Amino acid sequence: MLKQSPTRLFALLLLAALTLTGRAAAQPITIEITGASEAAIPIAVVPFRVAGNSAPPSQDVAGIITNNLRRSGQFEPIATSDMLSRPSRLDEVQFPQWRALGVDNLVIGSIQPLAGGDYQLRFELLDVYKGSRLLEKTYRVSANSLRDLGHNISDLIYQAITGQPGAFNTKVLYVTEFKEAGKRKYQLIHADADGERPQALLTSNEPIMSPAWSANRQQVAYVSFEGGRAEVWTQPVYTAQRPVPRRKVAAFPGLNSAPAWAPDGRRLALTLSKDGNPDIYVLDLDTGRLTQVTRHWSIDTSPVWTPDGRSIIFMSERAGGAQIYRVPASGGEAQRLTFTGRYNADPAISPDGKQLAMVHRTERGDQIAVMDLETQQLRVLTQGPLDGGPSFAPNGSMLVYGRGGGGRLATVSLYGRADQPLALTHGAARSPAWSPR
Amino acid sequence: MNLIRLVAAAAMLALISGCATQQGGVGSEPAPVEERAATGVETNAGAQAGGASAAGGYTSADLDNPASLLSQRVIYFAFDSNDISPDAAAVLEAHSRYLAAHPEVRVSVEGHTDERGSQEYNLALGERRAEAVKRVLLLNGALANQIQSVSFGEEKPAMEGSNEAAWSQNRRAELVYQR
Repeated sequence: MLKQSPTRLFALLLLAALTLTGRAAAQPITIEITGASEAAIPIAVVPFRVAGNSAPPSQDVAGIITNNLRRSGQFEPIATSDMLSRPSRLDEVQFPQWRALGVDNLVIGSIQPLAGGDYQLRFELLDVYKGSRLLEKTYRVSANSLRDLGHNISDLIYQAITGQPGAFNTKVLYVTEFKEAGKRKYQLIHADADGERPQALLTSNEPIMSPAWSANRQQVAYVSFEGGRAEVWTQPVYTAQRPVPRRKVAAFPGLNSAPAWAPDGRRLALTLSKDGNPDIYVLDLDTGRLTQVTRHWSIDTSPVWTPDGRSIIFMSERAGGAQIYRVPASGGEAQRLTFTGRYNADPAISPDGKQLAMVHRTERGDQIAVMDLETQQLRVLTQGPLDGGPSFAPNGSMLVYGRGGGGRLATVSLYGRADQPLALTHGAARSPAWSPR
Repeated sequence: MNLIRLVAAAAMLALISGCATQQGGVGSEPAPVEERAATGVETNAGAQAGGASAAGGYTSADLDNPASLLSQRVIYFAFDSNDISPDAAAVLEAHSRYLAAHPEVRVSVEGHTDERGSQEYNLALGERRAEAVKRVLLLNGALANQIQSVSFGEEKPAMEGSNEAAWSQNRRAELVYQR
């Protein structure tokens, strides 16, 4: 909170306040900013002009864009209080003003309520130094699509300036734990990638763990203790069917845990201890056929697939402490990947297969680190001491993780290191999983 | 300190089990005196316990008797370990004797960990702890069909908090009798 200007804070609080009026089930209660970005691109997102005398819409689209760009670590949006003017069209822009503020790019736009509750929204992305327009688009959307539109525009801006696709119009799953009438309750939450619009996919009196997206974003697998012990379930993410057609897919004796969807969407890698010891298996969801991938007396768990579907990366303590290994998905010899530190766990692989994120234990405790699989170079990204469960954004530029053990989630960018909490629902959140695109 | 507690517990145990004469079917199990002696308790306490063993053993009432070892149903572990301490072994031996004497009794062993490290690893570690407890119970005469083991990993802490005081309470296995 320290380094932020009052205006930016206000914008965030406003965003929080606005979202409080949104949804009844699960409400964000905290937004704060602690991260500092290095070498981020200065940008100004001017609040969109509301046409005529109409009331502003329930969603602050420019605020959503500002927040997204800052969260990415690649941009440093300036405070609205520093803006000397608030243009909404190219011909209103005095470029020298913005050059003086050291801004590289400018986002302007306007929003107009239409009959029937829809909105027309127009925005422009400008290059301040060339004095030229990079993008201009006009949309017509319903009121409850304004937030999606904010994420879409964020993606367009991100791609136009960095050349890389954005990942703002994506979702996260996580598990939250809270007390209701003195009893512990658990929810599997589906939310926007910035934490907003949380919805419970599952509510249980028993713990829920390890949510995992299918590659087509239509299904989720998770561990539920509703049967008195760890069992693996799948369910569709988007369905009008009630009750939701859930499926218990693994309930072998012992542990059934750590599901991870194969890229083909037909198989799950998971950890089973039915033969007395936790090993990695692959379960064919159509046939129920089980293939054992690892066979070792140590604890093997937390499998993830490489993007090509050929290998599984997992955690094992076969060398004494927890380390990360790779094994062919059909089984075979495991190859150790991590050698720095005595405890590396919770592997996550970037969508391009080149970066391995993990929980890395140092004297500062558990921190999130990322290793370049080619150069073996390891970079610690977070502060610790109780960080957990990293999951990559689908463009590989950010990770969502459990921060500090206090039940809060944050995103950290791989470049620029913006490290920012997610807006969270009530309770303690863990096990975040960033959706595919 | 621990030794004193153990001696006191053993002496209490001797008195209590001395009164309990209804239980049968314990003939084949080792006499408590040998168990006690193995854990380094003074011989006079052991002798009393030995005398009591012939008369029978634990009853379900002992589960609620704070003076009985059976009232101790939480076993604690060191960080990232599933080793059973000598103190814990003494408690588990008492539970084994009770289970062996009462084949109809069922117990669930629930393994837990502290919050540090990977959740999925901790789920496996919790299973290790539950299995370690189960093994000691089996070695001391309980039957496999009496014991169910389950791991909750770090999901169900006994004490909230991110400090050693909480963590040491959370690294545990709980014996939950179905009654």
